[in-house]
Amino acid sequence: MSHGGGGRATRELIASVFAPHFANPLLEQGHDAARLERPDGRIVVSTDGHVISPLFFPGGDIGSLAVHGTLNDVAMGGAQPIALTSAFVIEEGFPLADLERIAASMGEAARRAGVPIATGDTKVVERGKGDGVFITTTGIGVVPDGVEIGPDRLAAGQAILLSGTLGDHGVAIMSQRQGLEFETTITSDSAALHHMVADMVAAVPGIALLRDPTRGGLSSTLNELVEGTQLGVLIEEAAIPVKGEVASACELLGLDPLHIANEGKLVCICEEADAETLLAIMRSHGEGTDAARIGTVTAEEPGFVRMTTAIGGTRIVDWLSGEQLPRIC
Amino acid sequence: MARAADPLTVDRSYRTLRVRGQVQAVGYRPFVWQCARALGLAGDVANDGEGVLVRVAGPSEALDRFEARLRHEAPPLARVFSVEVVDTAPFACGEDFAIARSGGGAVTTGIVPDAATCPACRAELRDPDDRRHGYAFGNCTHCGPRLSIMSALPYDRARTSMADFALCEPCAREYADPADRRFHAQPIACPACGPQLELSGEGEGAPDPLAASVDLLRMGRIVAIKGLGGYHLACLASDAGVVANLRSRKARDAKPFAVMVPSLTAARELCEVSDEAAQALESPAAPIVLLPLRQDGAALPERVAPGQDHLGLLLPYTPLHHLLMDALQAPLVMTSGNRSDEPQVTDDGEARTKLAGIADAWLGHDRAIVNRIDDSVMAFDARGPVVLRRARGLAPDPILLPESLAAPVPILAMGGELKATFCLLRGREAVLSPHIGDLEDAVARADYRRMLDLFCDLYAFTPGAIAVDGHPDYASTRIGSALAHERGLPLVTVDHHHAHLAACLAENGIAAGGTVTALVCDGLGLGGDGTLWGGEVLRGGYGRAARTGALPAVALPGGAAAMKQPWRNLLAHLRHAFGDAWADAVPLLAERVPAGPSRQVLQRAIAQGLNSPVCSSGGRLFDAVAAALDLCGPSISHEGEAAMALEAAARPFVTGETGYPFGLARDAAGLARLDFAHLWQALARDLGAGVPVGPIAARFHLGLADALVALASAGEASLSHGRVALSGGVFNNRILREAVAQRIEDMGAVPLVHHRVPAGDGGLSLGQVVVAAARLDGDWQEDTGTC
Ligand SMILES: [Fe+3]
Ligand SMILES: [Mg+2]
Ligand SMILES: [Zn+2]
Ligand SMILES: [Zn+2]
Repeated sequence: MSHGGGGRATRELIASVFAPHFANPLLEQGHDAARLERPDGRIVVSTDGHVISPLFFPGGDIGSLAVHGTLNDVAMGGAQPIALTSAFVIEEGFPLADLERIAASMGEAARRAGVPIATGDTKVVERGKGDGVFITTTGIGVVPDGVEIGPDRLAAGQAILLSGTLGDHGVAIMSQRQGLEFETTITSDSAALHHMVADMVAAVPGIALLRDPTRGGLSSTLNELVEGTQLGVLIEEAAIPVKGEVASACELLGLDPLHIANEGKLVCICEEADAETLLAIMRSHGEGTDAARIGTVTAEEPGFVRMTTAIGGTRIVDWLSGEQLPRIC
Repeated sequence: MARAADPLTVDRSYRTLRVRGQVQAVGYRPFVWQCARALGLAGDVANDGEGVLVRVAGPSEALDRFEARLRHEAPPLARVFSVEVVDTAPFACGEDFAIARSGGGAVTTGIVPDAATCPACRAELRDPDDRRHGYAFGNCTHCGPRLSIMSALPYDRARTSMADFALCEPCAREYADPADRRFHAQPIACPACGPQLELSGEGEGAPDPLAASVDLLRMGRIVAIKGLGGYHLACLASDAGVVANLRSRKARDAKPFAVMVPSLTAARELCEVSDEAAQALESPAAPIVLLPLRQDGAALPERVAPGQDHLGLLLPYTPLHHLLMDALQAPLVMTSGNRSDEPQVTDDGEARTKLAGIADAWLGHDRAIVNRIDDSVMAFDARGPVVLRRARGLAPDPILLPESLAAPVPILAMGGELKATFCLLRGREAVLSPHIGDLEDAVARADYRRMLDLFCDLYAFTPGAIAVDGHPDYASTRIGSALAHERGLPLVTVDHHHAHLAACLAENGIAAGGTVTALVCDGLGLGGDGTLWGGEVLRGGYGRAARTGALPAVALPGGAAAMKQPWRNLLAHLRHAFGDAWADAVPLLAERVPAGPSRQVLQRAIAQGLNSPVCSSGGRLFDAVAAALDLCGPSISHEGEAAMALEAAARPFVTGETGYPFGLARDAAGLARLDFAHLWQALARDLGAGVPVGPIAARFHLGLADALVALASAGEASLSHGRVALSGGVFNNRILREAVAQRIEDMGAVPLVHHRVPAGDGGLSLGQVVVAAARLDGDWQEDTGTC
């Protein structure tokens, strides 16, 4: 493949590989910039660069992940996404068939999400200057009036809900990357959550906070929330949903599901009185069937995430520095 | 007064004496008062920020005798570091000797440890005519609670959990009388005014909680007993059923239980008790002492200490314990009141909830435990005492360092992650906190922070520098770094194994400036090169040390999971020694590694470095060998379990056996590295030939001792003179400790072992503090010859 330089070759690549899969009226305006109608409500925008190895994994690929990841970032503001943009950086010599597969999956993910890819860009870099494909996506969305989601809304006594099982994505990626022969196939949970969020926000506009526990897992998400604040978090190990296969893979590899990345899960923090309503809504969506209440925001032990363990103790759930080195042995 | 001194007499001299050490809250001023009165001297005595200041006036010959008494005598709990004449000028004084009231809270010499009931209080407890007969909370200036009930300075009743108990008339009289054993004893109490026992759970509301508890214990019940520094879980040690029950309820499979015996005589019926051990058992510290079981002794059920040839015994150390033991006259399991590995419970409400399902009844009382303090654990061997856990009774007795180690500024060292302690260094005094526990546990971490604040308060300690371990994720490192940042203090990062070396030198009183060789063997710590170390030879001193040799760097498959499952280390060691075909090289050993998909997955994880960091761990080598000999199940419940089983199996066979062979070569980086392929081959051959586990375990211990000494000798310096420090938790293994020390002596060098602080991570903070002191002291010398 040699489609760099912005010339005819790139145009052909876009026309043959991307256009058929991304087809939508915004893209078909044919301008460098897509023009959107002014929506009601406030606008949110979020952008994310996606780099992943392997590019194809059980339950998804970099294409679908680039769509879901950004849609979820928009949704975590309580917003509904209305459009996406995408920028590809492709390494010279990358198999066309793989690119086609990624584009198809990306188009399919956007279609199922009901969010058009309004505009895009493609660059080809010399062989050795990239790792196959990098995809950057930007999402634009709208927050309904009255929804004020943010860390400043946290207060002691609020309930912490989790939309489903932990660790599926990270373990799927790891087993694929390392060629580990687990007995059961674990698939990534990569999914778009904005439909579920729309229903949640409609029923309970006063949700305090939504977060997707991606890199660093649930432990990083919760630690980020309370670090340096006057609040703490107490979660309960037994209440945290983890699939059996994921749990046994983690046990074997000595990994903690709380530290592993997820791509289709959210943490919702809300008033105690709204917890059951929100759980019922989550459970009515395919992405939230395993939703559970996992803990509480506390005034005690500010700055710390604590967890009551299965044997009844309470341990501190720390976040780890970049390189994960065992502390104890 | 024996002799009235005439102020007009020519023979009146004056002396002002400064006494330093642990001399407050131990009855030191009344002791001085009594000495002065006996000699007819005038003057006064007062506590102040530096200790005790004594001013005496009288005939110079009497002053000499007075001074001699201060130098040679002291109340039981006092530790006198120095008695110094600071002035001989006259001062205004009358004919009396007075105890001056402590002035405005400037009393900053810290605090003495909690102390076991003294003989005088024990006698009162059993004297039907005494008003404290049968009373569970009697104490005096020579004994009783201290650190466990203190919440702030100055140390007086109002700042202890005795604040709510107003003194009755007779107690108030004793408290105010310098001639009384209870003069200024802050926790003073009697049945009329002090704490009372209460029983809940089974037998709740019994009129005599003590008698009811004794009945419950006799019936085979588990009773949670509120002690000095926390709750214990108690049951009859002779009742195999209740012991097994306690194990299953506590989810504690194998960790040995401590046993309280009524007397030294009772201890001798179970175990061999050396004179030193007897002395320790009966000391005010009253630790748990690990003692060899008597072959012909009265046997306790196996489940008390499964697989062990030693038993941890302790004597009653509170009036409550004495009353229980007097009534029961039988050994009692006394294990810490907790679930599994959590810190022991101190709060009454928590005791009810957390120990529900474990205890049948709760024998509590209304004196709150302010600071949780575990029982100390010690052992004795031919080289002296070994402290395995330094807590109640031992901490916070300061450790006096050599003059050359005096801190240039007050230094706070934060310690490690497991078995955490912290250490304050001011001048030559290193004050090591009691053992706090695993800082991943929320309760232990909260205790760590609270105790840190309390100690800084009690010792009026403002750190000028902070020392931390090199591991960025230790809670202690994080807390220390944040503190240093917040206060703008220098932060000194001390490599884990260097801290072990320094702790060993410091407690052995080695002066700064020299160089030693150190063998540091433990589970794991972050090394100076950013990799995990755990079986190292270091060469250096307080300021700096360099690695000259190491155990092989073997994967820890699953990281910390390798600590829980010894077979993971067997897999990793065999793969390291024999490569991918390890299972064919030593098929008998391979059988001890679970086969199936998990074996394949872990092999791949090791090959790809997936959560399988390499570590030259000594502890994990013991795990691997224990797994090879099938001495532990697939999972163990505490870190030392596999090594302890291996040691117990080896003990009867150590004499007369020869160690397994080992290999030694320089690695690519020029570092001397041991190679255990020969050891594994020999071990597999023995197994195949039907040699029993005991001799194999002995040959392993002796082979490792040979290997470690060869490794230490492989450095540039010869071991034929000089000192070799042995540190790290692996040296809690007495076979290895003795075998290595003996070999070092045979080469003409002097082994240094730990006696007063733990060889394991409980001693780290002491090492950190002295390394920091050396580095911060501008003129410290390094590498100036062998010390
Ligand atoms: Fe260590
Ligand atoms: Mg983002
Ligand atoms: Zn006493
Ligand atoms: Zn009284």
